[in-house]
Amino acid sequence: MRPDSAEPDLSALSTGDLVVESPAAVPAPPPPATSGFELTPKPATAPDADRGLLEVAIGPHHPSTHGVFRLNAVLDGERIVRFKPVFGYLHRNHEKIGENGTYLSAMPYTDRLDYFCSLSNNWAYALAVEKLAGLAVPERADYIRIITAELTRIQNHAALIGFLLQELGAMGTPLMYAFREREKILDLFEALTGARMMCNYLRFGGCRCDLPAGWLEECRRVVEGLPRFFDEFENLLSTNEILMARTQGIGVLPPELAVSAGVTGPMLRASGVNYDLRKVDRYGLYDRFEFRVPLGEHGDVYDRYMVRILEMRESAKILQQALREVPGGPIVDPKVKLRNFRPKAGEAYGRLESPKGELGFYLISDGSTNPYRYRIRPPSFINLTILEDMCQGLTLQDALVILGAVDIVMGEVDR
Amino acid sequence: METLDVIKTRAEAAVPGAQLALAPNGAVPAEASLVVDSAHAAAVARFLRDDPQLQLDYCSNVTGVDWLEASIKEKIKTRKLVDGVEKEVEETVEHKRPGHLEAVYHLYSMKLKHGPLVLRQRTANRVDQVRVASLTPVWRSAEFQEREAYDLFGIVFDGHPDLRRILMWDEFQDHPMRKDYVEPDDYEYEPTAHDDVLDKARRHYPVEEHP
Amino acid sequence: MIDEGLRSELSKQGVFTTTVGELYNWGRKNSIWPLNFGLACCAIEMIAASMARFDISRFGSEVFRPSPRQADLMIVAGTVTKKMAPQVVRLYNQMPEPKYVIAMGACAISGGPFKQGYNVLKGIDRYLPVDVHIPGCPPRPEALLHALITLQEKIAGQKLTGPERAPHLQEEAPSEYPIPDYGAYDLDPPKNPDVWQPPVLARKD
Repeated sequence: MRPDSAEPDLSALSTGDLVVESPAAVPAPPPPATSGFELTPKPATAPDADRGLLEVAIGPHHPSTHGVFRLNAVLDGERIVRFKPVFGYLHRNHEKIGENGTYLSAMPYTDRLDYFCSLSNNWAYALAVEKLAGLAVPERADYIRIITAELTRIQNHAALIGFLLQELGAMGTPLMYAFREREKILDLFEALTGARMMCNYLRFGGCRCDLPAGWLEECRRVVEGLPRFFDEFENLLSTNEILMARTQGIGVLPPELAVSAGVTGPMLRASGVNYDLRKVDRYGLYDRFEFRVPLGEHGDVYDRYMVRILEMRESAKILQQALREVPGGPIVDPKVKLRNFRPKAGEAYGRLESPKGELGFYLISDGSTNPYRYRIRPPSFINLTILEDMCQGLTLQDALVILGAVDIVMGEVDR
Repeated sequence: METLDVIKTRAEAAVPGAQLALAPNGAVPAEASLVVDSAHAAAVARFLRDDPQLQLDYCSNVTGVDWLEASIKEKIKTRKLVDGVEKEVEETVEHKRPGHLEAVYHLYSMKLKHGPLVLRQRTANRVDQVRVASLTPVWRSAEFQEREAYDLFGIVFDGHPDLRRILMWDEFQDHPMRKDYVEPDDYEYEPTAHDDVLDKARRHYPVEEHP
Repeated sequence: MIDEGLRSELSKQGVFTTTVGELYNWGRKNSIWPLNFGLACCAIEMIAASMARFDISRFGSEVFRPSPRQADLMIVAGTVTKKMAPQVVRLYNQMPEPKYVIAMGACAISGGPFKQGYNVLKGIDRYLPVDVHIPGCPPRPEALLHALITLQEKIAGQKLTGPERAPHLQEEAPSEYPIPDYGAYDLDPPKNPDVWQPPVLARKD
């Protein structure tokens, strides 16, 4: 055990962990003839320390990294030269635990992947298992799934925008507005599933329990109030000078790079690529509802913000349509076995449009009660692939805004 | 999207020397996969990405799978002459599956909105010949996911620009997602409902300790 | 200490009496500044507790400090992985005395649902002394408020003199704890035996 005493370990200074420009290593530049303040550019081939580059590790404990996430930045003055994310501080071994348990026992763990959106995670996993075992879902269950998934999308986007604004220095106010609305939605979840965040509500071939009495009326009341919240939120933010100055033209992501890097969700659509799995795969009953897919034009942080605002409005539209006509009937396919559930050998990849992007589950069955391979395709992890490209040449405070707009949740990034 | 057989024939024509095979999928027959040899994987991947009819420009999911050495029993129905009459007989055929690692890629097309095509690369064994070709130069999205497969499964991706551990710390020695991984014994006392955890915890308490 | 009967009699007469120790603890307990430190899911409920509905500022603890140097309370909110554990201990060491720890949620207490994970620390009390444990996965914001009130009661009851005085007033009590190293398979050492010993089972089952 290493005592972390008050005495600093000076040996780190010489190894390059901390870049300290020693006067001996860098010969003093010859005094310039004209101005005493001119910086002499150093050759690009010199090692980092000689070029005066500064290495900064942001995190794993940092309020702007949305959890335990580390960013190794190399700065040239104020500008970012390299920006490498370091993962794994919340690696909770979801995949190993999933492979050691039965199919159903992985369901509560999916709640804890992206802990803002437990219900859409449940759905993605149920979708993959239903594909693997060839199960059908009753109509009423599909309606409940769509209602809960869209409520999840709204509260996720609202909270994300609140956190993004906190990155910009608006400490608290937008986040308080977002959480006020989020609490209303969480109350609905609590009434339906018994838990605010970790809902564990869906089952293979349906849902765990039926809607409680009066839930739909309460839900309608909340949904009716949503447009007013969106207007209020937009009045507060969308034309805010600071927001516009800090986000427009920052972190531009060209559509070709976004596609190649596997970026999905609002970030992809902010770059102008029309790819929404609700329209492409038509899973659930999404083709019954009328909604549009908002697209960005510039692919910058402001577009990502705006796409999320518009997506919340479209989600509210879907909710209004769905709540008008929730059909009766069973909520779970009675043929599905809860115990000793053994899909036949094979594999399936099920995916859906979670609030963060494409959430996929890849399952390999060997005919036993446990999945042989249980793999989660996390959208926010893969959306980070191009973080360095977007931040290249910008300042650190812009980079943190870009990171905030990627919408990461470490539970899902590290799994 | 074209059927997998057509894609296989066209890919073999486009990439000379490529050895492609089809792997059936018992659960979702439409999602059978294409097994490609590592030497030609990058060329085949480029063909799949750039071919105008496929345009699989989006590599959604990359992962590793660990297959232990196992003997697999398969029931095959054959027609045989039994006592002079031709009958359908079910036979159990046992064959050995050598242990190997597998890198699985799920490809979609964002332009044409079709997919998935499942591409697999296999290693020769699980011990020393664990190299496959990296497809990060073809699809950028494979970058972190291949690093993850390297970290958790020990598959080495040749041609990856930055192949380091991603989730575990750098000093870590093992590959924890392998099926034969033994995790550190750190359950001293656990009042838990998980039977295997409880068993592990009990091993720390010799029976004499509790009269 | 003043006699309780006399004190109650005095207060009826409008004379308020107190002691330096009480006043000191009263000040400390009503301005606990937590470290702005979220690890996982529980952090979201911690944020929810600081928002308008649950409003942790009613209890004087809304000042979440990003720097450990300004914080009194570390709320270990979420799963502590083995990769993160050395950093958690380092942050604790950087906090000034007096300092307190709340282990929020099943994961921080014992590993919780992720106990079987190879990279999950089975409870932060293997390395740090914990004052209040909150069960739940995640605990509701009300549970966090309850833990905070419990901690306030603990602070109010701490003595300033004598052999049972508060740990930060004892010269010999440790204020920093050794930071584990990353080993080849596990953290090295896997627990700090000075802080935590596995409980002895009372009976054979």
